[in-house]
Amino acid sequence: MIIGLDVGGTHADVVLLGDEGLLKEIKVPTHPENLFETVLSGLERVTAGVDLKKIVRVVLSTTLTTNAIVQGKLPPVGMVVSSGPGLDPEFYRTGEDFFIIDGSIDHRGREIQPIDTDQVLAIGRQFKTRGIRFAGVVGKFSIRNPAHELAIGNVLQPYVEKIFYGHQVAGSLNFPRRISTTYLNTAVYPLHRAFYSAVESSLDARGLHLPIRILKADGGNMNFESSIDYPGQTILSGPAASVMGSIAFARPGIDSMVMDIGGTTTDMAILADGVPLLDPVGIEIGGFKTLIRSLDTASIGIGGDSELRYRNGNLSIGPVRHGPAMAYGGSTPTPTDALCLLEDLPGADRQRSFHGLEPLSAAMGMPVERAAAEIFELTCRKILEQAQQMIHRTNSKPVYTVHELREGYSVKPSEILVLGGPAPYFAKYLEKFSDYRVRVVPRWKVANAIGAALARTTCEVTFFADTERQISSAPEENYSKRIGKDFSSRKAVKKALKLLKKKAIDLGANPKYLETEVLEEMQFNMVRGFSTTGKNIRVKVQIRPGLIHGYDDLIRRISNRDQPGEGYDQSRT
Amino acid sequence: MIKAAHKTGLVFFPAFDWAISPTHPEREERLLYTQDQVFEEGLFDIEGITEFKPDLVTTQDVQRVHFCVPDLWHVMTESHFISAGGAKTIGMAVMDKQVDRGFALVRPPGHHAMRVVHGCRGFCNVNIEAIMIEFLREAYGVGKVAIVDTDCHHGDGTQDIYWHDPETLFISIHQDGRTLYPGTGFPNEKGGPTSQGTTVNIPLPPYTSKEGILMAAKTIIKPILEDFQPELIVNSAGQDNHYTDPITHMNFCAQGYAELTRLLEPDIAVLEGGYSIEGALPYVNVGIILALAGIDYSKVKEPDYDPEKIRQKPEIARWVEEVGKITLENWQNRHLVKAQALSKNEFEERTRNVFYDTDGIMEKQKETLRVCPECSGSLQIDSASDSGHHILAVHIPRKACSTCQETAYRWYEAANPKQYDQVFMQDRVHKKYLQKKA
Repeated sequence: MIIGLDVGGTHADVVLLGDEGLLKEIKVPTHPENLFETVLSGLERVTAGVDLKKIVRVVLSTTLTTNAIVQGKLPPVGMVVSSGPGLDPEFYRTGEDFFIIDGSIDHRGREIQPIDTDQVLAIGRQFKTRGIRFAGVVGKFSIRNPAHELAIGNVLQPYVEKIFYGHQVAGSLNFPRRISTTYLNTAVYPLHRAFYSAVESSLDARGLHLPIRILKADGGNMNFESSIDYPGQTILSGPAASVMGSIAFARPGIDSMVMDIGGTTTDMAILADGVPLLDPVGIEIGGFKTLIRSLDTASIGIGGDSELRYRNGNLSIGPVRHGPAMAYGGSTPTPTDALCLLEDLPGADRQRSFHGLEPLSAAMGMPVERAAAEIFELTCRKILEQAQQMIHRTNSKPVYTVHELREGYSVKPSEILVLGGPAPYFAKYLEKFSDYRVRVVPRWKVANAIGAALARTTCEVTFFADTERQISSAPEENYSKRIGKDFSSRKAVKKALKLLKKKAIDLGANPKYLETEVLEEMQFNMVRGFSTTGKNIRVKVQIRPGLIHGYDDLIRRISNRDQPGEGYDQSRT
Repeated sequence: MIKAAHKTGLVFFPAFDWAISPTHPEREERLLYTQDQVFEEGLFDIEGITEFKPDLVTTQDVQRVHFCVPDLWHVMTESHFISAGGAKTIGMAVMDKQVDRGFALVRPPGHHAMRVVHGCRGFCNVNIEAIMIEFLREAYGVGKVAIVDTDCHHGDGTQDIYWHDPETLFISIHQDGRTLYPGTGFPNEKGGPTSQGTTVNIPLPPYTSKEGILMAAKTIIKPILEDFQPELIVNSAGQDNHYTDPITHMNFCAQGYAELTRLLEPDIAVLEGGYSIEGALPYVNVGIILALAGIDYSKVKEPDYDPEKIRQKPEIARWVEEVGKITLENWQNRHLVKAQALSKNEFEERTRNVFYDTDGIMEKQKETLRVCPECSGSLQIDSASDSGHHILAVHIPRKACSTCQETAYRWYEAANPKQYDQVFMQDRVHKKYLQKKA
C-alpha cells in the first residue's frame, strides 16, 4: 500500500492506495502555523485500522519550505562567493553574512586567480562568532571546476555545521541562480531537517515505521535521507503533485493542459503526449530565481473563491480571496456564487449567493441570473486566455541550432484535464467556451495526493568533457576523471547514464525500472590556429518524471469507479 | 537586484550546427564560450533584458536588398535566413517599442555582402543589417538610418549597398585597408554622385588600442551622427579589433567595446566578425550587452587584460587626429561636392572587380547610375563572374522620381535575355521584384 499526502493552503489531502485501488481518501484542515500537526494527523487518520506492514511507501508534499521562503522566514546563513571578472556579485547579496572573496575560474574551468586561504579563514572565524551554523559556497563556473569551492569548504569546515556547494545544487550555468539556489538550500536546511526528523520520530514513537519520501518540484520524489542534502528541491512541490495526479489520464498521442482549480489560484501545466514539460531553467519564488528543477507550471490568481468586484464598468476577478464563497458562509461574492445560480451545488446556500451577487448585477445593469452567467463565462475565459499565453510562452522559447529551429517542435494541446474541488462544474463551462475537449481527472478532489503517491524518483546528471584539457566531470556527482584524446560524446553519454542510474537508486528509485533519457548531447570540435585540438562535449541526461511501475491496474481501477460523469470520457478505461 | 536602465532585447542564435567548414573561423564553436559566459552571468534573468526567438526572413526581405546569382537558394543556407531573421526580430522589437534597444548576437555575419551576390566573401553571403533596415523602412516607414560599422574589417558590402543612398549614413571604422582584408575603406570613398558624403571611412593603423578608437568615436563619429540626425542607429558590432583576435592586428578590449557602445548609443547592434572565441568574445559580448542595457560593466575584463601591454604608440593619436580632419572636412563639404557631381553627365559609369575570397569567385561589374537631381537615381549593374554567370540587375531606389523609374524599366525591357543568364528588376517604389530569362 502507498500513502500520498499533499498539503495545500486550506487543507491537506491524504490517500491510501492499494492493489484494489483507492482505499481511503481523507482531508484534514491545514494549520499553516503547525504543519507538523497537519501532516501527523493526516497520516494517523489514513493509517487507522490499516496493517502497517503492508505500507511500502509514504510520499509527502508539504508547503513547509515554500511558506518559509515566501514569508521571508529564513534563518541567517553564511554565503561565501568568488566571482572574478563580470557582473558585480554584490548585486546578488543574500543578507548580511555574504562575503565576496578572491579567486576565479574561467569558462573552460581553468584557474585564473587562486583563492586566498587567509581571507576564507577570517570569514570562518566571523561565522563562528556570529553564530552562523550553515554556509553556502559558490564560485563562478564552479560546475566546470569545483576545486575552488571545495577548497573554500575545507577551510570553513571547522567553523560551521554544514556546507552547501554551488556545484552540487545544479548542473546548469547561471552564477546568480547558483548563488540563490545554494542560499535557499542552506537556509531551508535546518527547517527541513528538523521537520521531517520530527515526523519520523513521532511516527516511530507511535509504532509507525514508515519509509518516508518527499515530493520534489519536478514531479519526482526522493527518500528522506537524500533530501537532507537537497532540501531546496522540496520547494513548490504542490503544483507538481496535481500534474502527476493527472498524467495517467491524458489521452495518448496528443498534448494536454492540466488545470488545478483551487479556491485562490488555478495552477496550469502542459503535457506533451502525457509527459509534463520541465521548466527550462528553474523555480522562481519569493524574489529568488533558482536552478531548482521543476515542472513548468503557471499559477494565476483566479480560483473558485476569488473576490469579484465591479469598478468603472469593468468586472475584476481575484487575485484576492477573502474566504469561502457566500454560498458556503463567506462574505464576498465569488465565481462559485455565480456558479451556484447556474448549477445545483451540493450544500450551497443559493439564497446567500443571490444576495451577494445582487449589487454586482445592479452595477452591470442586468438581472442576477444573467449577471451570474456572464461572471462565470468571464472567469472561464480569463483562465483560458492564461492557458493560451502559457502555450505561447512555451512555444516561443529560444533554440540554438538550425535543426531545432527548422523542426520547430511546438506544443498544441487539444484537451484540458481539470482537477480541484469545483472541477466538474468548471469543466463543463470551459468546454463550452473553447475548442478544447475538457475532461475531469478521476478522483479530482484528491488527484494531487494520488499524484504524490505514485510519482517515480527523478533526477538529472550534467556531464562535461574537454579532450584538449583531457578532463571530464559531473560536478554535482563529485565525479571527475582524466580522459584520453579519443573520448567522444558517445562515451560521455554512456558515462552520464551510469552516473544517473547510481544517483537515481541512491535517491530511492526502483533499479529495475529506470526510464532514462538523453536531454542534451553536444560535441564541438575545438580548433586553435587551423587544426583541431580537441572536443568540447556537453551531455545532460535525466530520469524523466512519470509514475512508478506496476500501478497501471490501480490507475485503471481509480478511473473506473464512481465517475462524476460530466465531461469525463469513460471509453478510455 | 539588477535592473536594466534601458529595456534591451537580445536574439542569441549561435547556430551550433552550422559552419563554413570544420576548421573555418566561422564554425560551430564560435559562440560556444560566449554562450557559456552569457548564461553564467545570468544576463537573460536581468529585469529589462528579454531574449527573443529569431524569426526567419522571407525571400522578399532578401530580394529587397540583393540580386542573388543564380538565385537565393544557391547563396543562402538556412542559417543565413535565421541570422538575418534574428536582426529583423530585434529591429521589430525596437520599432514596436517592446524594448528600447536590441542586440542580434547571431551568426553567420553579413557586412561584406554587396548588392549583387555570387557567393560568399569575407565569410558573408547576405547583408543581415541591410535586410533588416530595408524591412524596417518598408514596414515602419523609417527614413534616415545611420550604420556604424565597428568591425575591424572595412564593411565594404554595406558600403556598396548604401553607396548611392543619401538617407543612409554609413560610417566604418577599421584597420587600415593597406594592412587587412578587404583592402578598401579609405577616407576618399565618400559615396556615389547623388549621395556624396554619406559614406564615411575611418581607417586606423594596426595596434590602435582603446584610446585611439574611443577618440575617433568621440571626435569623428559622434559629431557626424549628431549632424545627420538619424531616426535609427545600427551598430555592425564586429569584435575583431580585440587584442587577442587571430586574424587582425588591433589592441582593443572588452572595456573599450562597452565604452564604445555607451558612446554610440545604438538602437540596434548586430554581431559581425570576431574570432578570438575564447579570449575575447565572451567578455566583449557581456560588455556590449551590459552597456546597451545601461548596467555597470566596470568589472567586465578579460582574464589576461593588461592595459600596459596593449597601450598604443603616441603617433596613433596623431593619426586619428589627421583622419578626423580629412573625414570631417569631407562631411562639411558634402553638399558642395554633390552639387558639382549633379552638374556633370546624366549617366555615370563605374567598373570594378569583386573578389569572393571565401568561395574563390571573381566578378566583373559595370554599374550605370542615372545622376538624378531629384532622387538618388536608378542604376543598372552588368555583372559577370568566372563561375559562369552573367546577369543584368536594375535597381529603382525607394524614393525614385518618375523619370528614373521610366529609365529603369526601359533598361529592363531593352535588355536582351539571350545576352544574359538572367535580367533582374528591383523596383522598390512598387515593391516589384521581377526577373526574365531567355
